[in-house]
Amino acid sequence: MSEKKTLATVWLDGCSGCHMSLLDMDERLITLSSQFDLVYSPLVDQKIFPAHVDITLVEGAIGNTEDLEKIHMIRERTRILVAVGDCAITGNVSALRNACGAEAMLRRVYGESAQGPAQNAPGKMQDIFVQLPRLFERVQPLHDYVSIDAFVPGCPPTADTIHFALSELLAGRVPDLSGVAKFG
Amino acid sequence: MSAAPGAKTFVIDGVDASATPGQTILSAAREHNIFIPTLCHLEGLGDVGACRLCLVEVKGARRLLPACTTRVDEGMEITTNSPRLADDRQMTMQLLFAERNHVCSVCVANNHCEMQSMATTLGMTHVEVPYRFPALTVDASHERFTLDHNRCILCTRCVRVCSEIEGAHTWDVMGRGIQSKVITDLDQPWGTSETCTSCGKCVQVCPTGALFQKNRTGERRGKDPSFLPYLRTMREEL
Repeated sequence: MSEKKTLATVWLDGCSGCHMSLLDMDERLITLSSQFDLVYSPLVDQKIFPAHVDITLVEGAIGNTEDLEKIHMIRERTRILVAVGDCAITGNVSALRNACGAEAMLRRVYGESAQGPAQNAPGKMQDIFVQLPRLFERVQPLHDYVSIDAFVPGCPPTADTIHFALSELLAGRVPDLSGVAKFG
Repeated sequence: MSAAPGAKTFVIDGVDASATPGQTILSAAREHNIFIPTLCHLEGLGDVGACRLCLVEVKGARRLLPACTTRVDEGMEITTNSPRLADDRQMTMQLLFAERNHVCSVCVANNHCEMQSMATTLGMTHVEVPYRFPALTVDASHERFTLDHNRCILCTRCVRVCSEIEGAHTWDVMGRGIQSKVITDLDQPWGTSETCTSCGKCVQVCPTGALFQKNRTGERRGKDPSFLPYLRTMREEL
């Protein structure tokens, strides 16, 4: 029997829906799990991304400074990096704010429509949230910053699509979803 | 084998075929069950070659030619499928997606969109050119319909159906290049248009979520342009 592959899953600027879809594989996940060790994921209690990972599935886009640091670190430590879901691939819902910019979005959400100190705060909204990672003016897909080995579109990709992609990856192949997967 | 008078004989993907005089490459190809992707073409409307998805190779031509507006000539040698064309169609599709805000997941046309399904058909898994994320408006001033510029691909089906079939010519295109946009009357809110008959043909032929009926979202958002060839035929027989 071949050695187990190491698998990581990462949640950046997204809604966790892709991870939910991953869990929607139900009992097929148990069957597949004999072929990998889950070494890092929002689903397990592991704080540090390992030095070497065979396959990393990334959900979500790059929306702030923390996302960017993470994706560079993950790319360096990962052999096969997979963009999972429309946010990772297109920006999708996370990028809806791009047409108006980060400042206008923050002001609408935490200023105009909220109660509290931020409501009528002078200056830039970002300066109020100094302890949080700074938002970029534009949310962008992963491949704008790092090279991606496989794309799994969908919002979220169906459990069947993720099952196909993960099965291919575990078999040592790069999943080709062209002609099958759809956006949205 | 004898051909009809004036028929053009040509070769398409290595197969000998014939076309009627004036027939387009697209029409002849479909008669021979050869698939050529299109978005702006619609049976029953005049062709304008707007979307560029139907480009084909014609031997001797220095550039690719749109199948929907190019007429078959005697002895033409046409290729509808090649690595070059596949790359070209992918890039055209990517440019369409990058130009405006096509967010399938939150679009009223999700799962009922010709652009979305064409992306799947052409095997597009991501867009390599940078997204523009332009700030565009939505016109909901009409009582029954909405225009969302974010989803428009400037195929001009709405313009053509309004002019050619309804005879109102409420729709047109203004601006040039990246500034182009569809407008009603003299670029005024749709709801204030004096020429619009509210017939809804533009909505039914729109391939994306750019034009939609206000009470037809969710699972009832499918469109049906099948009335077009029917209307055409009925009028020609009068």
